[in-house]
Amino acid sequence: MTTILQPDHATIPGVSEPVKSRAARRVHGLSDRAIAWLFVAPTIALLLAINIFPLIWMIRLSFTNLNLSMSYLPLRFVGLDNFRDILTDEDVWFRLQTTAQFVISSVALQVVVGFGLALLINRQFRGHSFWTTIILLPMMLSPAVVGNFWTLLLQPQIGPFNYLISLFTGVPPSSFSMTGQVSLAPWTIVLVDTWMWAPYVMLICLAGLRSIPDYIYEAAEVDRASAWRQFWSITLPMTVPFLMLAVLFRAIENFKMFDMVNLLTSGGPGSTTELVSISLKRAAFEKWRTGYSSALAIILFVTVFGAANIYVKTLNKVKQR
Amino acid sequence: MTAAATRSTAHSIVEASPRTKAFAGGLVILYAVITILPLLWIVATAFKSQSDAIAYPPKVIFEPTLEGYVNLFTVRTRQTPDFIAKLPPPETWYDKLVRKRDMVIAGPSKVVPRFVNSLIIGFGSTFLAVFLGTLAAYAFSRFRIPLADDLLFFILSTRMMPPVAVAIPIYLMYRQLNLTDTRLGMILLYTAVNVSLAVWLLKGFIDEIPREYEEAALVDGYTRLQALRKVVLPQAVTGIAATAIFCLIFSWNEYAFAVLLTSGEAQTMPPFIPFIIGEGGQDWPAVAAATTLFVVPIVMFTVLLRKHLLRGITFGAVRK
Repeated sequence: MTTILQPDHATIPGVSEPVKSRAARRVHGLSDRAIAWLFVAPTIALLLAINIFPLIWMIRLSFTNLNLSMSYLPLRFVGLDNFRDILTDEDVWFRLQTTAQFVISSVALQVVVGFGLALLINRQFRGHSFWTTIILLPMMLSPAVVGNFWTLLLQPQIGPFNYLISLFTGVPPSSFSMTGQVSLAPWTIVLVDTWMWAPYVMLICLAGLRSIPDYIYEAAEVDRASAWRQFWSITLPMTVPFLMLAVLFRAIENFKMFDMVNLLTSGGPGSTTELVSISLKRAAFEKWRTGYSSALAIILFVTVFGAANIYVKTLNKVKQR
Repeated sequence: MTAAATRSTAHSIVEASPRTKAFAGGLVILYAVITILPLLWIVATAFKSQSDAIAYPPKVIFEPTLEGYVNLFTVRTRQTPDFIAKLPPPETWYDKLVRKRDMVIAGPSKVVPRFVNSLIIGFGSTFLAVFLGTLAAYAFSRFRIPLADDLLFFILSTRMMPPVAVAIPIYLMYRQLNLTDTRLGMILLYTAVNVSLAVWLLKGFIDEIPREYEEAALVDGYTRLQALRKVVLPQAVTGIAATAIFCLIFSWNEYAFAVLLTSGEAQTMPPFIPFIIGEGGQDWPAVAAATTLFVVPIVMFTVLLRKHLLRGITFGAVRK
């Protein structure tokens, strides 16, 4: 009767063991080690199938002349030719330069804005939680959708951005185009990226600021350290690991930036905002130069892999705090 | 007591002075308002008529209309006024709205199928990623796995890879397997990307559940699996839910894979929205309407996730 009332008890050995299916008994007999492998294996298998196998295939392709728009051509192994072509191509270096400029300026701006906001929010004024949530919204949105609607906002004449600028400066709103002008477009992608991701830096810096124990500041007060001195000797050094985390992650993400910029300027005007990912997309999915683009992709992989390595080391360092 | 009183009124870093607070608050609110303006502009544009949306100077005050939403959900054809006059009277409010512009509704647009794709692919990949991720995270958290750190790094590094670069071999592979432009293909791909986040996040959550609970259950005669199901999972429910929302947001927002690997059947919302075309270019009210509908769930999730946001964006490393 007890077994009927408390079916859970049935699992305890000795207390009227019910008949188990064969599968259940087999599972019962599994060692911890077997369970560990059984649990990890599907994830690893999926990643091998979707990431590693294609990657190896791509490495093979990078040594070929495969071009999907001319697949009638016989597949030929060309050795390291693709890599040589890429590394000696001035255009590729130009794209890398464009990308580096974008990464450096956007991350720098995000650090300034994000860290500044974090310092302000850390003052714990009334309602800070509500306003923080509002500020966080952009980074949760789809970068593609963001890039798309900013093209409306930034349109000369009809867009509110140019109109606002002209209200403040008197420059006619149709006299400049944020996305269509060679001198402005590189800054436009930095601006929109900062709008989207400064909150990310802010959130991580805020965690850094909150991890500093109060007693350190109290000790500094006792020693009559100025607010300036406290910032340079306590606040900044103790937030740096967190800042590093944010900077590394943003740098990696922006290095491979595709979606937002593709919709905002699609690499233009001309190729002023053609980041490496956009250029890769053109080579692979418009010109269909699969062999060549595989080689370029591998160069990007190696770069990101190296950066990811440093990132994970920083992650683990922050975790110990 | 006097000492305590002076301390709270004087400058203590722990508690900022009211003046500093007001100043900081003012600046933050200013930034928040500037941040939210572009979003509000889009929400407003969705209620503008075509001509109001592209008016110069940009219109802040306008007569709201649902045309944008109607245009989003329908395909229309332009007709002569004579033809429209001969038609039977409009049956619905949206028929009426469209006819005012000398148009007739020809059928539903593709937005609903695209939305459904986003939902199916989003929930499908989230479910799979969280399921696989929970198992793997439990194993990494509780068992000694050889080379665990290297495996975890490998898992995370797959997420860091540039999507355009990953898409090249996936495109070729999917072509061979007939998975191009299928929901299954997209679900598998997003699962692979999400599972890395799920493993890292969930490992953090499970690490926080004291081992003693399970050990007590094991002593009571539970098997490992029963202990996982009846002791660990109930404790990890919040973490699992937060992880699921993060995975869902990723799949929902993803663009690069979607635009490169789907073209019709399995296309999701992000590659679809920019190509909502009216007569003479982008139909901005309809685009804005689609954007609004697309973004609303994200805003809700952000509010829900607020407490776990930091964890989610740092792969579980920063917990506060």
